[in-house]
Amino acid sequence: MKLDTQLLADVTAFLSIEADMLDNKEYQQWLDLWLESGLYIVPVEHTATDYTNTLNVAYDNEEMRRLRIERLTSGEAVSTQMTEKTVRTLSRFRILDDIDGVVRVRCAYCLYENNKNGIRTYPANIQFKLVSDGGSFKIAEKVVKVMKSSQHLTTVSYLF
Amino acid sequence: MTKDIKIKNLNSAADLVLEDRVHKSLYSDNNIFEEELDKVFNNTWVWLAHESELPEAGSYKTAKIGRQPVIAVRDRKKNIHVMLNRCRHRGATVCEGKSGKTKAFTCPYHGWGYGLDGSLRALPKPEEYENILDKAEFGLIKVRTESYQGMIFATLKEDLEPLNEFLGGAKKWIDLFMKQGGGYPIKALGDHRFRFPGNWKIQLENTTDAYHFPIVHKSFISSVDEEAAEVFDFLDGEGFVEDLGNGHSVMVMIPELVDLEANLEEPIPERFADLAKQLSEEGHPDEEVRRLVRAVGGSGFNLNLFPNIACSMAFFRNLVPISVNETEIHHVALGGEGAPEAFNQKRMRLHEHFQGPMGFGTPDDGEAWERVQAGSIAGTDGWIMVNRGMSKLSTSEDGNVKGAVCSETGMRAAYQKYKQLMSKQSEQKGA
Repeated sequence: MKLDTQLLADVTAFLSIEADMLDNKEYQQWLDLWLESGLYIVPVEHTATDYTNTLNVAYDNEEMRRLRIERLTSGEAVSTQMTEKTVRTLSRFRILDDIDGVVRVRCAYCLYENNKNGIRTYPANIQFKLVSDGGSFKIAEKVVKVMKSSQHLTTVSYLF
Repeated sequence: MTKDIKIKNLNSAADLVLEDRVHKSLYSDNNIFEEELDKVFNNTWVWLAHESELPEAGSYKTAKIGRQPVIAVRDRKKNIHVMLNRCRHRGATVCEGKSGKTKAFTCPYHGWGYGLDGSLRALPKPEEYENILDKAEFGLIKVRTESYQGMIFATLKEDLEPLNEFLGGAKKWIDLFMKQGGGYPIKALGDHRFRFPGNWKIQLENTTDAYHFPIVHKSFISSVDEEAAEVFDFLDGEGFVEDLGNGHSVMVMIPELVDLEANLEEPIPERFADLAKQLSEEGHPDEEVRRLVRAVGGSGFNLNLFPNIACSMAFFRNLVPISVNETEIHHVALGGEGAPEAFNQKRMRLHEHFQGPMGFGTPDDGEAWERVQAGSIAGTDGWIMVNRGMSKLSTSEDGNVKGAVCSETGMRAAYQKYKQLMSKQSEQKGA
């Protein structure tokens, strides 16, 4: 197996920035990381593949991403008012393939939330579809397979 | 009216429910919770599943009656059975996972095998049971089950009134609710499940609480267009809450969306214009397009069925008590069996928009419920008020008690049924 360490380094750097933006609530910059046609998906069932014809926890197109950011920042939603900082860690990056400028990458992820009931953790496998974009990438798809999403979660007032 | 009532003068959980208020200890007293599991959940009809969740022979769904695990399953003859999820040998569950398809239920511990109808078919090394075990008597224990409009209920109380009688005045509203397939039979499209740190009755109240909507769901209303925001601005409208008897109630928020098969000539709302266009382009006749579009957003009412299920606008809301201060909620998305793909897709996207752990509505409900649980323990004594709208009650067309859309008529209905069940002596059951 030949490793493309340069591509891996580029992808890792990009995805670290993506997670850092969410932890630091740089939401407008985060929206700019996306292709307009991009989809942010948190499936219920991890075996699902046809997300459009399946019920998801979240299925955000461009409009829904923008509305979600408005909701997280407007102060109107009571569940977002007391939200303290989150910490996201990423590791175990694996490039699945790199075809015609579209890189599919999978990684391990954990979100820690300082909730009033304690520190909550959400481990997940994330798969991205990234499109090369002038030395960086744009996100075409982000699928977050959060543990327990098909059993029971707690309510979530941020983005994975 | 606001005279304080001291708990020390009362002596049973049933006494903690008055007409206009309930004692705050109903949310946090563990002894009361244990009593509820017996007197309420073991003594009434409990909703478990919709028939579309068991589409084929061998399809099953695991569920709970109170805290007790049960299996709802369809056998080879397409009959539905509900059985305790407990091996008759040493008690292990014989079925795990929330749903699926199987040919049989096999205990993982010693391999006892049960058929889809619960009968004990085979067990390893049977010679040691010679003359001491009759397989015919050791099937999985069946639970009495009845359905209405595809909604499967079960009860541990053999002599309980038939489901039809129990649902009574609610049946008319279930019939109306089932029209939202847009001409196609209702089908479950999957569910969102989440837990919140609070008592189950806080959630039971919420489904018949219109009063909170513009406050708690302000951010949701901000995320829809002006026309839709107007539809959701229903507190000053012609809506109402009606006590349907047996703890059930209906809260009509949007009267013009009570019958989804009526008024098909109404203009198509802006937010569904794309769907209408797509359906037309796919060749669906104008009348069908109108029927589908009218049904896509769901019914204009919440039907609260005591104790654990609501037909809430466009979905089923099922509550599962976990402990005195923890509850699991299942929001089952609904669509039409065989309906155009675009219709079911829109139904799922609308469900995701409001419902579920990441919806624009549910997390705010969850925060409010959690605050109720946390705040209600303050003080050594105190009451939760459910008297809103009591001075302005009227009689509905069906002869029921009726209050304003944002009255607490539905909560009072549920609590009076609760009081009735909690007043009874507990009954012991064999097997």
